[in-house]
Amino acid sequence: MNADYGELLRALLPEALLVATAFLIVSLDLVWGRGRSREGRLQMAVLMGALGVIAAGVVICQDGVLGFVWDGTLNFDRLAISVRVGVLVLTGLSLLGTLGGRGTDQPAEYVALVLLATIGFLQMAVARNLLMAFLGLELASLSLYVLAGYDRTRPESAEAALKYFLQGGVSAAMLLFGFSLLFGLTGSIEFGEIARALVAQPPTALGAVAIGLILAAFGFKVAVAPFHLWAPDVYQGAPTSSAALIASASKLAGVALFWRLLWSGLGPSSGGAGMGISGPGGWVTMVAAMASASLVLGNIVALVQSNFRRLLAYSAIGHAGGLGLGLLSAGEVGPGPMFYYAATYGLATVGAFGCIAVVERNGRCETLVDLAGLRRRSPLVAGCLAVFILSLAGIPPLAGFFGKFVVFAVALRIDGLGHPAGWVALLAIGMSAVALYYYLLVLKQVWVVEAEVESPRIAVPTMAAWALVATALALLFFGIFPSLLLGLF
Amino acid sequence: MSLLPWIPHLTFAGALLSLAAGTRSATAARVTALGTALVGMVLVAIGAVNFAPTSGLQTLVDVPWIQEMGIRYHLAVDGISLTLVVLTSLAAVAGILFSWTVEERVGEFFAFYLLLIGGVYGVFLSADVFLLFVFYEIAIVPKYFLIAGWGSTRREYGAMKLVLYSFAGSSLVLAGVLWTYGAGGADGFSLSALAEAATRLSHIETVVVFGLVFFGFATLAGLFPLHTWAPTGHVAAPTGASMLLAGVVMKLGAYGCLRVALPLFPDGFTAWQPVLGWLAVAGIVYAGLIALVQNDFKFVIGYSSVSHMGFVMLGLATGERAAVGGAVLQMFSHGVIAGLLFAVVGRMVYERTHTRDLTELQALPLHRLIPGAAGVFVIAGLASMGLPGFSGFPAELKILVGVWRVNVWWTVWAGLGVLVAGAFTLRVMQRAFFGQAGTDAAPVAESSSLAPLSLPEKTGAALLLGSTILIGLKPDLLLDWIMPALQSPAFHFAATKGGP
Repeated sequence: MNADYGELLRALLPEALLVATAFLIVSLDLVWGRGRSREGRLQMAVLMGALGVIAAGVVICQDGVLGFVWDGTLNFDRLAISVRVGVLVLTGLSLLGTLGGRGTDQPAEYVALVLLATIGFLQMAVARNLLMAFLGLELASLSLYVLAGYDRTRPESAEAALKYFLQGGVSAAMLLFGFSLLFGLTGSIEFGEIARALVAQPPTALGAVAIGLILAAFGFKVAVAPFHLWAPDVYQGAPTSSAALIASASKLAGVALFWRLLWSGLGPSSGGAGMGISGPGGWVTMVAAMASASLVLGNIVALVQSNFRRLLAYSAIGHAGGLGLGLLSAGEVGPGPMFYYAATYGLATVGAFGCIAVVERNGRCETLVDLAGLRRRSPLVAGCLAVFILSLAGIPPLAGFFGKFVVFAVALRIDGLGHPAGWVALLAIGMSAVALYYYLLVLKQVWVVEAEVESPRIAVPTMAAWALVATALALLFFGIFPSLLLGLF
Repeated sequence: MSLLPWIPHLTFAGALLSLAAGTRSATAARVTALGTALVGMVLVAIGAVNFAPTSGLQTLVDVPWIQEMGIRYHLAVDGISLTLVVLTSLAAVAGILFSWTVEERVGEFFAFYLLLIGGVYGVFLSADVFLLFVFYEIAIVPKYFLIAGWGSTRREYGAMKLVLYSFAGSSLVLAGVLWTYGAGGADGFSLSALAEAATRLSHIETVVVFGLVFFGFATLAGLFPLHTWAPTGHVAAPTGASMLLAGVVMKLGAYGCLRVALPLFPDGFTAWQPVLGWLAVAGIVYAGLIALVQNDFKFVIGYSSVSHMGFVMLGLATGERAAVGGAVLQMFSHGVIAGLLFAVVGRMVYERTHTRDLTELQALPLHRLIPGAAGVFVIAGLASMGLPGFSGFPAELKILVGVWRVNVWWTVWAGLGVLVAGAFTLRVMQRAFFGQAGTDAAPVAESSSLAPLSLPEKTGAALLLGSTILIGLKPDLLLDWIMPALQSPAFHFAATKGGP
C-alpha cells in the first residue's frame, strides 16, 4: 500500500482541528475554569466547541470534493462533503442547545465528548473500507454511550446509557461478525473490491447471513424496527442535548455510511431492479421489510405516548422507515433525496430538542401536559416548536414536506409498484396521515390548552433563541427552495 | 399584467401583519385583516374586469422552481378558477366582518384566518399539481387552530376530526399523483405532463388512481359517506371559520376533483361514474333528511351544506358539460349562501341569545327581537331552497337538466332532495324565528332587548345577499366565464351526452 501520510493529514485536517479543540477545551477548563461558575465554564466550552466546529466546516467547504484519498480507503465525494457539513451544523446546534438547557457539572468534558463523537460521524461519512467504517462507527458510538449517561443526578440517564450501551455492543458485535464473513467471502475489506468479488460469485447462504448481520447494525444505528428498542428509553433518559445529537447527526452519518456500504460494497447483492442479480441475499427486500415495519410500528405506537420525548422517539422510528425508503431508491437516483430527508429531519429534531431544553430549564418538560400553555410562557419557543413539529409532520412549505415528497416520488419512480420501494412509499403516505394525529396532540398542548397551574414566563438565553429561530427559518427556506440541497448531487 | 398572482402572497403577508398588529391592539388586528381582504378583493375585481374568457388556462406566472423534479411555479387562471377566486374574496371579507366580535387573541385568530385564505387563493390559481398540493395543505392546518382555539361545541374533537379527514384525503391524492408520476414516467407535475403520464398507466391502475385522487379530494367536498367531518367541524368552528369552511374550503375539494381527478383520468372516471352519481344522490337526500330532524340550529345548516355540496358532486359525476358548468355555478352559489346562513346562526342569533337549541329558540319571538336577522335568514333560506331570482336556482336547474340526460333516476332522487331542502329550511325558519312567544318562555323578558344588527353585520350580509341576487338575476355573468373554460381539451370528458 502506497501510504502518503501528508495527503491523509491534509484530507483529515477538519478531524484534527476537532481533536485539538477538544483537548484545548479540557485544558482551558482545568486552568482558566478553576473557581469559576458552572455557567461560565459551560459558555466557554460551548463557545470553543462551536468555533472548532465552524473551523472544521470552513476547511471542509474549502477543500471541496477530494475524491479517493489514501488508496481509496476514504472517499471525499459530494455526499461525503454534504454529510460532513450537515453533521457539523447539527452538532453545532446541539451544542447551542446545551446552553439553553440545564447544564452539567463537567461542561468541558461534555463538549469534548461531543466533539469526539462528531469526529466519528465525519469518519462515517467518508469511510470506504470495512475497518474505517467500523472505526468511525465505534468512535461515535462509544462517545454517545457516555453522553447518554452524562446526567449523574438522574437514574433515567444511567438507565438510558446502559440500554444504549448493551444494545449498541451487541449490534457492533454483529456488524463485526458480518464484516468478517464478508471478508472471508470476498478476500477484501475495500468496498469496491468487495463488490467486484460479489459480482463474480453466485449468492451464497453465508453472504445472506453477512448481509443480515450488517442490516441489524444499520437498524440499530438509525433506529429501524425491529432494532429500535433502545430509542424510546434513550430519548427519554439521556440529557437533552445528547438525545438531540443521537437523534440527528448520528442518524445522518449512519445513513451515509450504510448508503456507501450497501450500494458501493454490497450493490451486487441488492437483488433490486437494475442490478441484474436477484437472489436470496437480496437486501433490498430486507430493507423494504424493515422500513415497512418501522413505519407502521413507529407511527402507531406514537399515537398512545404521553411522554413528549418518547413520542419523538417513536416518531423517529417512523421516520427511520422513510430514511430506509430513501436508502432503497438511492441506488437508482443517487443519494440526493435521502440526504435531503435525513438532513432536514435532523434539523427539525435538533430544533425540537432545543425547545425541550429551554422549557426544561424553567420547569418540567416530560409529558405532553407539561407543554400546556407554552404559548403564553414563551411565544418564541411555542412558534419555533410549531415549525419543527409541522415539519416533522410533513406540512408544506416546510422542508419536512418536500423531504417526504421527493423520497416517495423517486421510490415510486423506480418501477411503480413493480419494485418493493413503491409499496413502501404508498404505506408511508398512508402512515403520514396517521402521524398527523400525534403531532397535532403536541401542538394542541402548545397552542390551544391553557396550563392548569400558572407557570412563569420562560427566559430564553439569547444564543439559544437565535439557534432556534435560525433552525426554524432554515426549515422554511429549504422547504421553499429544496433545489439548494438537492442540486448538490 | 394582472396582479392576481400576488394575491396569495399578499394574504400571507397580511397574516403576519395581523399577528404583529394583534400585539398592539385588537382593533389594529381587525383593521389589518379587513384591509388585507379588501385589497385582495380589489385586485380580484381588477383581474375579473380585465379577464377575457377563453378555453384553456391563461398563464399568469410560469418559472422553473424545483428543476430536479420538473416542478414549476405555474399560476394560471380560467373562468372556473376565476369564479372561485371571486367567491374566496367575497367570503374572506364577509367572514372578517362577521368575526368582528372575536375578542380573544385577535391577532392570532386573523393570522390563521388569512393563512387559510391565502392557501385557498393559491389552490384556485395553481396550474402545477405540486404547487396546488402545497397550497391545499397550507389551507388545512390553520383550520385546526381556528376551531380548537376559538370554537364552541366539542371544539377539540371537531377540529381534530376535520383536520384528520382532510389530511387523510390529501394523502390519498398524494398517493395517486405520485403513482401517476412514478409509474407513468411524467417529466414534471404540470397538469399536461401528468395527463400524458396517466395515459401510460394500465387500465386497472387508472381506475385505482382515479379512485385515490377523486375520493381524496371528495373527502373535503363532503361527498357521502366521507362527509362526517363536515357537520361536527362546522358546528364546532367559530362563525368566521364556519363561513370559510362551508363557503370556500369544501370548494377546494370539488375544485380538485374537477381540475385534477377528472381531466387526468377520464377512463377511471368512466369506470367510477355510476358509483359517484349514486353517492352524490345519497348525500343530497341523506343529509337533507338528517337536517330535517336536527334540534341544533347550526347542525341544520351543517347538514344542509353537505346536501347542497351533493349537487356539486352530482353535476361533476355526470361528466356532461352543462351539468359541470352548473356544478361550478353551484359552488359559487353555495359558498355565498352557506356563508350567509352560518353568519346568521353563529353571529346574529347565537351571540345574542346564547342558544342554538331550536326548542329554546322557538320560545323566543326572534322575528320581533332581531328583525334584521330574521329578514336576512328568510332571504338566505329562500335562496338556499333554490327559488328563482337567487343564484341557487340556475345552478341546480342546470345540474338537474344535465343529470336527466345521463340518468333519469338520479334526477328523480335529486329532485326529491330539493323538496327535502325546502322542508328543512322552512322548518328551521319557522322554529328559529317565528316561534310562539310566551308559551312556556321565561327568557323572553330578559332577552326582549337584543342588540340590533351592527354595521359589520349589515355590511357583510349585504355583500353576500347582493352576490346571490345578482347572480340569480344574471347568471351569465359567471356562466360566460365558466362555459368557455369547459370547452378546453382538458375537459374533454365533459362531452354532451344523450340529447341534442
